[in-house]
Amino acid sequence: MKLRLAQIAHARSGDKGDIADIGLFAWEPTGYAMLAKQITADIVQQHLKHLWSEKINLNESGQKNKQIDRFDLPNLLALKFVLRGTLNGGAASSLRSDNLGKTVAAQLLRLEIDVPDHEATAVLKATEQALVNF
Amino acid sequence: MKRIRLTSGLGFYGDNWHPVLAAIERGDVDYVCSDHLAELTLAILQKDRLKDPNTGYTRDLVPMLTRLWPTASSRGVKFVLNAGGLNPRSAAEALQKLFAEKGWRARIAVVTGDNVLPLIEQIQLGGNDLQHMDTGAPIESVRDQIIFANAYLGAQPIAQALAKDADIVITGRVADAALFLGPLIFEFEWDAADWHRLAQGVTAGHLLECSGQGTGGNFGAAGVWQRIPDLAHIGFPIADVGHDGDVIICKAPDSGGRINFHTVRQQLLYEVHNPRAYVTPDVILDMSELELKDLGNDRVSVSGAIGTAAPNQLKIVAGYANGWMGHIVTGFCWPDVLRKANAAVNTIRLMMQEAELQYDELCVEFIGHNAFLGPHATPAEEDAINEIWLRMAIRTQDKKQADAFPRLFPWLALSGPPFMGGFHGIPPASQLIGLWPTLVPRRLVETQVSVDILK
Repeated sequence: MKLRLAQIAHARSGDKGDIADIGLFAWEPTGYAMLAKQITADIVQQHLKHLWSEKINLNESGQKNKQIDRFDLPNLLALKFVLRGTLNGGAASSLRSDNLGKTVAAQLLRLEIDVPDHEATAVLKATEQALVNF
Repeated sequence: MKRIRLTSGLGFYGDNWHPVLAAIERGDVDYVCSDHLAELTLAILQKDRLKDPNTGYTRDLVPMLTRLWPTASSRGVKFVLNAGGLNPRSAAEALQKLFAEKGWRARIAVVTGDNVLPLIEQIQLGGNDLQHMDTGAPIESVRDQIIFANAYLGAQPIAQALAKDADIVITGRVADAALFLGPLIFEFEWDAADWHRLAQGVTAGHLLECSGQGTGGNFGAAGVWQRIPDLAHIGFPIADVGHDGDVIICKAPDSGGRINFHTVRQQLLYEVHNPRAYVTPDVILDMSELELKDLGNDRVSVSGAIGTAAPNQLKIVAGYANGWMGHIVTGFCWPDVLRKANAAVNTIRLMMQEAELQYDELCVEFIGHNAFLGPHATPAEEDAINEIWLRMAIRTQDKKQADAFPRLFPWLALSGPPFMGGFHGIPPASQLIGLWPTLVPRRLVETQVSVDILK
């Protein structure tokens, strides 16, 4: 079945210059294992590809810089994504309503992944359990 | 054993200081550490300073201290604030003037030396081409448009100011976490190479620097954010720190917000890029072994920060004039809102073409539909949409073109698609400022840093 990330994770995003920076947090360990396996840098880059402005994101040789990194933090049940060249030139240069990239995390939480039914059921149940004492 | 309690002050220029007052009154804090400067803020302050050379600091400094100082001073609470922005000396003098008027006494220290604009030529002559940290481009491409350039200073000048018995320390650009690390270095006499303790201090500072984001504000969790209690009276985070760098994050009693594993880790990773090497001027922090332990009752302990030696270079962010934005917002009411907004966009595009308007980029957003979610907005049935706002913006190198752009819109009210409303005037062109992050050898900057007590 399909799971939307918002069902199993929470997230916050921010900016540094033209870089959007997203923290993605599973509510509990089975969800973290699922995120770590499925939410690759490539998947996130594909999902958010509209954020890159081709013109701005070339280096002096006219080549594309490496555009996205993922960092894993099992101690925090979290993945960090760093997306270079995605904020329309950066806050004070951006034409966008969200010039600070604060809502990029919400876009990531709308990502849907395909998960075998029994795994999805298990992670949803564990998430519900983890939230009982929030 | 002595413990020190730091509270988050403001988290940005324009934040609310009532939670800071609560921390002073009920949080038993020793220091208020207040971060007024987002990366963007110097660009805003530069616009002020161009109009009046005595400005360039954040104007919330004086009203904030007017409100907080009487309560703080009776409890011996000290302040560290980067409200100096581009002009820390004028900020400190404005505060001094307030204190003179009120008959209040305080030792006010000012930290200067983060301004490196006058050094750029010298740095370039020394063979450093100040290449862009992220793209590698040389600074020559924007050299003539640079309007400010400031280094991120570390915690040592703040600790030095406190050692001079300052009650209030005003700085310009410093690393956000340094505002918090400075008092800890001073109080506990931590060595400048005590990487473990410094790393714990930086972690505490990072958790506090964004005020309410450390206690469940802006908590990005669908269906769960509602469980954060009483956001209207949110308590800003307080770090209770021991000599060995052990940290407990808590907040004032009877305040809103929530401190638990989830809210704290969401802030921990905020804007840090590589969590294994979060570079600050004082220490490089590795978060990969950090342990956040939920102690209950809005308390979380933080341990396991790994520190490695401070970098040999300091980060500079320069701002450069980067063209102009012309923009406009106008609303459309049911029926056919998306069709009508698209028709208006097409009309405007045609007019731009016919008027030969010069621009580099056009941004079109339907506020209320896709301005934030972009292609991930749920496609809407026309009849289900009550209303939307059309926002259009252009990027251009010419201010006149930017000013001309919104003037294409008013006539649509009588000669465009029906039921257009909420047109609230023509905004002036807005100057765009590009940010140029780069690195310089720290000694070049540090030799010009000074810490002075105002007479």
